[in-house]
Formats: sequence, structure tokens, C-alpha cells
Amino acid sequence: MHELSIAQNILEIVAERLTADQREHVKSIKLRVGEQAGVVAESLQFGFHALTESTPLQASVLEIERVPFVVQCQKCGGQSTNDAGIFFCSLCNSDNVRMISGDELEVIAFEVFDEKEATI
Amino acid sequence: MNVITVERKILEKNDEVARQNRVLFAMHDLFVINLVSSPGSGKTSILEYTLKHLRKEINVAVIEGDVQTDLDAQRVAALNVPVVQIVTKGGCHLEASLVRDALSSINLSGVQLLIIENVGNLVCPANYDLGEAMKVVVASTTEGDDKPLKYPAMFRNASVLLINKIDLLPYVDSKVEALKKNALSVNPLLQIFETSCVTGEGIREWSNWLLAHCLHQV
Repeated sequence: MHELSIAQNILEIVAERLTADQREHVKSIKLRVGEQAGVVAESLQFGFHALTESTPLQASVLEIERVPFVVQCQKCGGQSTNDAGIFFCSLCNSDNVRMISGDELEVIAFEVFDEKEATI
Repeated sequence: MNVITVERKILEKNDEVARQNRVLFAMHDLFVINLVSSPGSGKTSILEYTLKHLRKEINVAVIEGDVQTDLDAQRVAALNVPVVQIVTKGGCHLEASLVRDALSSINLSGVQLLIIENVGNLVCPANYDLGEAMKVVVASTTEGDDKPLKYPAMFRNASVLLINKIDLLPYVDSKVEALKKNALSVNPLLQIFETSCVTGEGIREWSNWLLAHCLHQV
């Protein structure tokens, strides 16, 4: 359950980047999480909500973009993907591949209401 | 609606402390490994055997990570090796800052090898860089030969796989060749050793490999 620790790290980035006023008006926090990053989206959502309950961020949501595991073949040059995280080119069956995505764990952006919108 | 672009790694704080740890290790010419596995794979037994083999050759220190108790630190201390116990009190992994804090309790001068035994867990420790030179993952034959496929991130992030409890192979369904094949399918560069902490088999090969890396002979 390291998702709670990951949620805590997200909140620290929020605290560093947003003013107290902006924090009141966060609609969403956009994340990019690789399929092979070892992070369960539901657990991360649960941890985030547990930590933000009764705080200025309680109305905000995590929007998680999952990034597929993609390997680049060093033999045929092609790119392929598989759900299992296997180092294998499904185009030419070579195992001489390099991982090019799938282990991301990043905060991409905050979506913040304008004060005017927030008061409507 | 305003969109504020951030583009930051979520664990950048941990990565930054890990980088500082790495600088400290380099200053002391200290080789550091992060020993990871599921609970009960025999990490601490391997550690004991490795220490018995290496302590006459080089100066070793140990950081033990456990959710509760200092039982593992007691086992290491019994071998007259400097050891610090980190008790995470529920935390499922070690983080770089915990290691940094533990380092203040160890006199690093003269120490050539630091072994960090992580909390027994094949998921969470994979995400947290501690500043180590390499992760060493232990998988025992009693866990089944499909572990690397079930927990690919840990096996992908490791440099070495120790297949432990090979003395039990006659009694379990696991096949060493299947375990190796599965591990190499998620990490073709894994260096693999087969070990037993009952017969001592494989410990010499693994310890000598570690010693050579520690002394920059490879």
C-alpha cells in the first residue's frame, strides 16, 4: 500500500506549486502513471481522498492517464506492447528490446477554477 | 478554468535524497546493495551467509528494514558486523530519507560494502531508489516459478536474482529453469545465482561476484 505515500508526495507538490487560494479551487490533478509502475489507480484514489478529506483539496479529483508498456526492438526497429511487461518484440519475436514507456509516475498539471467560476 | 502545467516526477523528493545518498556513498568509496524480496524468501539468511563469507575480506555494514522488531539486526550484530535497524512501524518499504537518517548512526569510514535489507515486499520497494548501486532480488523455490511474471517491476529494476532454497527443489513444483526464463523475460540483463542457506551451495559464487564488484575488479 505505497499508494498512500505516493498520494502524500502529490500533496507536497501541490503545496509547493499552488497558493492557498488556488488550493481551494483545484478541480483536478492530472497524473501520468505507467502500466508497469506498480501503482494501483483505485488505491491511489483511495489514499488521496483519505488525505484530502476536510482539507481545501477535498473537492478535487485525480485524473489518471495510464501509459502503456511499450518496447522498442533493437533488431527490427519496431515498437510493440504487451500487458504483461515482458521484454519481447511481438513483431519479430526478438527479446533484444528496450523499454520506452510504462514506468511513468508524474504529475502533469493542475486544473484550477477561476475565482469567478468557483463562486457560481 | 486555468490549467497549470507541472510535469514533475511524483517521487522526485525521494529521488533527490537518493541522489544525495549516492554522492555520500561515492565520497566514501562505498558499494551499496538494496536487498529485496517477498517475506520469507530467506533474505536475512542469505545476508548472514554472505557476511560470514565476506567479513574477513572487506569491511561491511548493514541497514535492516522491518515493519516491526529488531530481530534481524540482532542476527547481524551476532556476527560482529555494524548494523542499524530501521523499524518502519507499518511502512511497506524503505525510503531514501530513512536510509539517510540511519546513516548518521554508522561510522562509514573504512566501510567498503553496505547492505540494505529492505522490508519484505515485492511491490512497493521497486519504486523507491535508496541511492544503491544495485538492487538484488531474492526469489525462493517455495514461492513458485511464476513470481517474476506476477511482480515484473521488482525483477525489472534488479540487477541480480538470487534463487534461494534450491535444496528444497525435490519437494516443490517450482522449476529453476522456468523461474530463470520468467525472470529473464522481464529483465534480460539479470545476473542469476542459485543459493541454499542450508547446504551453503552458491553462496561462495554470489559472494565472490559481489566482492569483485565492491573492489571494482569488474
